[in-house]
Amino acid sequence: MATDTLHHGATAEPHEHHDASGTKLFGFWVYLMSDLVIFGSLFATYAVLMKGTAGGPTGADIFELPLILFGTFALLISSFTFGMGVLAMHANRVGQVKVWLIITFLLGLCFLGMEVYEFQHLIHEGYGPDRSGFLSAFFTLVGTHGLHVTFGMIWILVMLVQLSTKGLNAMTRPRILCLSLFWHFLDIVWICVFSFVYLMGVL
Amino acid sequence: MFGKLTLESIPYHEPIIMVVAAFMAIGGIALFGLITYYRKWGWLWNEWFTSVDHKKLGIMYFIVALVMLLRGFSDAIMMRTQLAMAAGDAAGYLPPEHYDQIFTAHGVIMIFFVAMPMVIGLMNLVVPLQIGARDVAFPFLNNLSFWLFAVSAILVNISLVVGEFAKTGWLAYAPLSGIEFSPGVGVDYWIWALQISGIGTTLTGINFFVTIIKMRTKGMTMFRMPIFTWTSLCANVLIIASFPILTATIALLTLDRYLGMHFFTNDFGGNMMMYVNLIWAWGHPEVYILILPAFGVFSEVIATFARKRLFGYATMVWATISITLLSFVVWLHHFFTMGAGANVNAFFGIMTMIIAIPTGVKVFNWLFTMFRGSLELTSPVLWTLGFIITFTLGGMTGVMLAVPAANFVLHNSLFVIAHFHNVIIGGVVFGMMAGLTYWFPKAFGFTLSEKWGKRSFWCWFIGFYVAFMPLYVLAFFGAVRRMQSYPNTEWQPWMILAWVGAVIIMLGIVCTIIQFWVSIRDRKQNADVTGDPWNGRTLEWSTSSPAPFYNFARLPEVGDIDSFWSQKQRSEEQLEEAPYTDIHMPRNTVAGPVISFFALVIGFALVWHIWWLAAVGAVGVFVSFMARVFNDDIDYYVPAAEVERIEREHQQRVEAQA
Repeated sequence: MATDTLHHGATAEPHEHHDASGTKLFGFWVYLMSDLVIFGSLFATYAVLMKGTAGGPTGADIFELPLILFGTFALLISSFTFGMGVLAMHANRVGQVKVWLIITFLLGLCFLGMEVYEFQHLIHEGYGPDRSGFLSAFFTLVGTHGLHVTFGMIWILVMLVQLSTKGLNAMTRPRILCLSLFWHFLDIVWICVFSFVYLMGVL
Repeated sequence: MFGKLTLESIPYHEPIIMVVAAFMAIGGIALFGLITYYRKWGWLWNEWFTSVDHKKLGIMYFIVALVMLLRGFSDAIMMRTQLAMAAGDAAGYLPPEHYDQIFTAHGVIMIFFVAMPMVIGLMNLVVPLQIGARDVAFPFLNNLSFWLFAVSAILVNISLVVGEFAKTGWLAYAPLSGIEFSPGVGVDYWIWALQISGIGTTLTGINFFVTIIKMRTKGMTMFRMPIFTWTSLCANVLIIASFPILTATIALLTLDRYLGMHFFTNDFGGNMMMYVNLIWAWGHPEVYILILPAFGVFSEVIATFARKRLFGYATMVWATISITLLSFVVWLHHFFTMGAGANVNAFFGIMTMIIAIPTGVKVFNWLFTMFRGSLELTSPVLWTLGFIITFTLGGMTGVMLAVPAANFVLHNSLFVIAHFHNVIIGGVVFGMMAGLTYWFPKAFGFTLSEKWGKRSFWCWFIGFYVAFMPLYVLAFFGAVRRMQSYPNTEWQPWMILAWVGAVIIMLGIVCTIIQFWVSIRDRKQNADVTGDPWNGRTLEWSTSSPAPFYNFARLPEVGDIDSFWSQKQRSEEQLEEAPYTDIHMPRNTVAGPVISFFALVIGFALVWHIWWLAAVGAVGVFVSFMARVFNDDIDYYVPAAEVERIEREHQQRVEAQA
């Protein structure tokens, strides 16, 4: 990651600071790994409960791939737009960073809208998470990812406010980079959800 | 309005609980009154509660842990008393539903609120000093971790008086812990206390991992790190990799209980054995999170007091790393009786036996360090010797349990109880007592009374054997764990013997309390002026005691293992006295205690289904977190002149004594 482009105030000697923003990014990587273990546990749970439909619907019965594909592309493109935002940050163009963040936010909103629609539709059909072990695992895995996306979007809003009030500085730059790591991470998790849950579900 | 919470939730009809509650109330009011009388609230808040100083956080972890030890031990002696009485037709004095809460609370408190905070407290106190750092990587998160832990301890204690605690055993196996079989709030207290403190622990793991990887002083390569730092590093890796599993598992149980999902239910496609697998996939690494830092303590203590470099430094490190990796492939030995089949059981049995090899390597390293050393029999060394004997025994009963065929007989019997107390008391408790005695002067500037320390050791050591050897015997008579009474009166003499052991251990705890009292009283005589009371080997002894808040006026440079020791041997006079520079330090913050307070509000509200209050708590967490995020004034510089003044005062004290 772009730790090399980070500079902080020249007041402190480098060894004094232990490269604070590099430490932050490294720490965030480690956090992401721990978060990955949570997703890993949920994937394992899903694998165990996949057949536990208790007479209810299976994945093939309820998954609507075209809808999911739409959300998937929204999320994938949002990773690209966030990447553009980080490039703009390296070029010190605050205005562009904000525009790319807003686009990313809107794409995230599309994804989330798709998911809320899907959930609401399933519950309406009587296939809520309390219907069977399979549906419990499905709602929890996909919902946990959705919750992460929601937090990411709140974070984007916070960063938009901070970019407007503070601009790009030693505080906001590493935060944008951490947020971008978070966002790409959610993308990767979603690719696993899409292949493992949806594609394998309809096979 | 108040969810499930009514006035009937307070157990007035339980005299024992009411007496305990009365004592807690009197103690609390007395403490509150004293602090108010001496006008110490401002000092407590500004200097301690909001502090981001890792040394102060370490001390606070230890204080909470020692208080919780009293609570956890009260549970223990109540159980032993019950079992000493309840033979044959006798019912004892504890009704089953109360007894069930007590053994659950005992396990939960001892592991999560005594052993964990002691280990993490010691890491806080020691690791940054050992690697020559001025603080941890994320000081605010460190404070937040402590407070998340502290409010969880409060939540557990609230459960004593308001409502009930879980009656499920410390790991709350499903489906017993599901809503169908545990409709009360006990399991919910368990859930939220563990969830909140678990998140704090994960943050600690990340924090210390990054600290050790990124913030070592100049010249300290990985293979020059002190062993305690190594074992802490591995424990933190285990925390990062295993605590998220606990978080996920508890979240799934929560969904089962609150939203009627079917992860661990008997019906609707749930799978209860998945709960047992998940909880032990966290739970087995957890026991190594506790024991590895204890191994580190013993290594430091032995090397220091044998006046020898630790035998086999590199093998010690690789043994630690092997244990770290292996600890993730043994979890199934906790439930061989699940019926996974011979091949699966054989795999996990063999893996479990293999993990005894690196542990054996360590034992030999300690023995060879003592061999031809000039071992000084101080109380930390006594704890270490007691550990080597006791832990080796406990390890062997562990290997016996690792044989699946034997396990089918011993499963769920008192043998298991005797085994894990054998390793946890003999390993973790002895280790933490050794560490506490060893590093106490670094935290407070005076040493602990040796006389009372040794008395405490002998009480614990003898008390342990008297209390737990009878349980091995009883297990072969067929006694099972978690029983509130038993028909066979032939067991009673052994049960009474075990009770006597518990009383001896209680005397050990009393000795420790007297030790604190005596040592604080005589702190002038026992003052550690030089900062190096034991003639130590590692960097923490190169700074004053108690260490200044910035730890090191000049960051040390390291050229070897035990660098401070070799530096003393060369008795090199300070060649160039580099001028002091401004030191960059983090500011104290109110965010940790405030966020955690709201987390406590959320926890309590969710236990009792008071949804509006949970929403208030959530908003509180969000707003206080945002206040922190938007605060730019989080650090400052200590001027070089101030550093010079503090260092000169220390020099004058040292010269005055000399």
